[in-house]
Amino acid sequence: MIFYLTALVLGLCLSAMGLGIFITMKIFRIPDITTDGSYTLGAVVTALLLAAGWPLPAIVVITALAGAAAGMITGLVHTRLKIDALLAGILVMTGLYSVNLSLLGRSNLPLSDANTVFTLFPLFSNPVLNELIVGLFFLAILAGMLAYVLRTDFGLAMRATGNSESMTRALGINNDRMKIIGLSIANSLTAISGFLVAQYQHFTDINMGIGIVLVGLGSVLIGDALISWLGIRKIGWQLLFVALGGILFQLVLAVALSLGIDPAL
Amino acid sequence: MITLRNIQKTFNRGQANEISALRSVDLTIKDAEFVVLVGANGSGKTTLLNVIAGAILPSEGRVIFDQEDVTLLPEHQRSRWVARVFQNPLGGTAPDLSILDNFRLAALRTQKKGLRIGINQAFKAKVKDRIALLGLGLENKLQQPIGSLSGGQRQALTLLMCTMDQTDILLLDEPTAALDPKSAEIVMGTAENLIKELKLTTVLITHNLQDAHRYGNRLIQMAEGQVIRDLNQAEKENLKREEMFAWFG
Repeated sequence: MIFYLTALVLGLCLSAMGLGIFITMKIFRIPDITTDGSYTLGAVVTALLLAAGWPLPAIVVITALAGAAAGMITGLVHTRLKIDALLAGILVMTGLYSVNLSLLGRSNLPLSDANTVFTLFPLFSNPVLNELIVGLFFLAILAGMLAYVLRTDFGLAMRATGNSESMTRALGINNDRMKIIGLSIANSLTAISGFLVAQYQHFTDINMGIGIVLVGLGSVLIGDALISWLGIRKIGWQLLFVALGGILFQLVLAVALSLGIDPAL
Repeated sequence: MITLRNIQKTFNRGQANEISALRSVDLTIKDAEFVVLVGANGSGKTTLLNVIAGAILPSEGRVIFDQEDVTLLPEHQRSRWVARVFQNPLGGTAPDLSILDNFRLAALRTQKKGLRIGINQAFKAKVKDRIALLGLGLENKLQQPIGSLSGGQRQALTLLMCTMDQTDILLLDEPTAALDPKSAEIVMGTAENLIKELKLTTVLITHNLQDAHRYGNRLIQMAEGQVIRDLNQAEKENLKREEMFAWFG
């Protein structure tokens, strides 16, 4: 049981990234793979600031800003330099590997002694339940904020940009600016996933982000399948189903592992 | 008022496939004038419309709205004056968003799209009233994605969306080209009513000579990137349809 609960918590931690990829992939229709870099960036910033004894609220904010900066660079490279979005993402992701490595100063940093966000509310004696609550708390806040933004006039403009650029231009929307902001939001969500996972697994590793974009894409694909299957139109519900997709993804992995499939395969 | 001064546009300048889409167009369109633009394919009509909208920057010349020189303003900044209906019904609406969401964005064409939820009961009621004018029964489908509607319905809605915010200039690029005759009739009828009611300065491109004859109070024919005929209201009214057909004979 604990095994599956652990998978559930990990799924909750990664669902922020799923929301970010939902923004780039489904709303803007941009294949953004800056994710691999910004996820690790979030974890690196978290590890460094935690080790330096910074308070958690400040760390969340700085992590989110770091991720947003990464997304902004991808956005600028894509819109200003007119480089294909996929390539822009690859460029920034590769660049971030060096940035992360020089920030961290070594290939990994354990956080075993640090007080993490997961020990913040010791409501239950079982640590997994506490972790579950923290994961749910973050998901509720992030999904709630995102759902609000996407329902505002600004959010409508964002959603229309990925839908019909000729329409948004004619309606006074600066598509390039929208894409830059969208990529910033997406990557700051991804960095927050890095923030959570680093603390959850008690270490930051320079390679922890490699291929993580696939987990996010998987979550969005599962979520999107559920969304179109159930015909969900309300954006807030769509976000919840994307998060659910992320959790299902981890549970499927857990089932596969418990069946004895070699993870190194 | 739209003033075009010596507008020239050359695509692929200096290359083997160089095209002079516009060669020195001088044109003044007065307020509330409804200009119908006709001409063969490749005569420069759509390029001219795009120059007015800001989608294409001219190689030479100035574009002036009232007293303001807007030559260098990109399309999304010219939306303060200009509303557009595209030839492709898909071009003017966001298919995955609901009718209501599309109208909300259109209602903010000249304004900032801020971080507040702008769709409330009053707005819904307003959109409902507007859409009811079309008589297509769409007023009860406000939450439906606009992409699920037919091309004619979308084009009619795009036209209404153009008037949700302050509009000075309305650009219609073959709005009925992709529609069946009945939908085309609805779209053109709606357009005429709105243009008269709101006194919009309008440029309509059409290949339908019946429409060109019937609508508007000024008729301009283009060929090879130049204005070759310019008929004012009286001349246009006296123009017989057969004469006009002969232009293209």
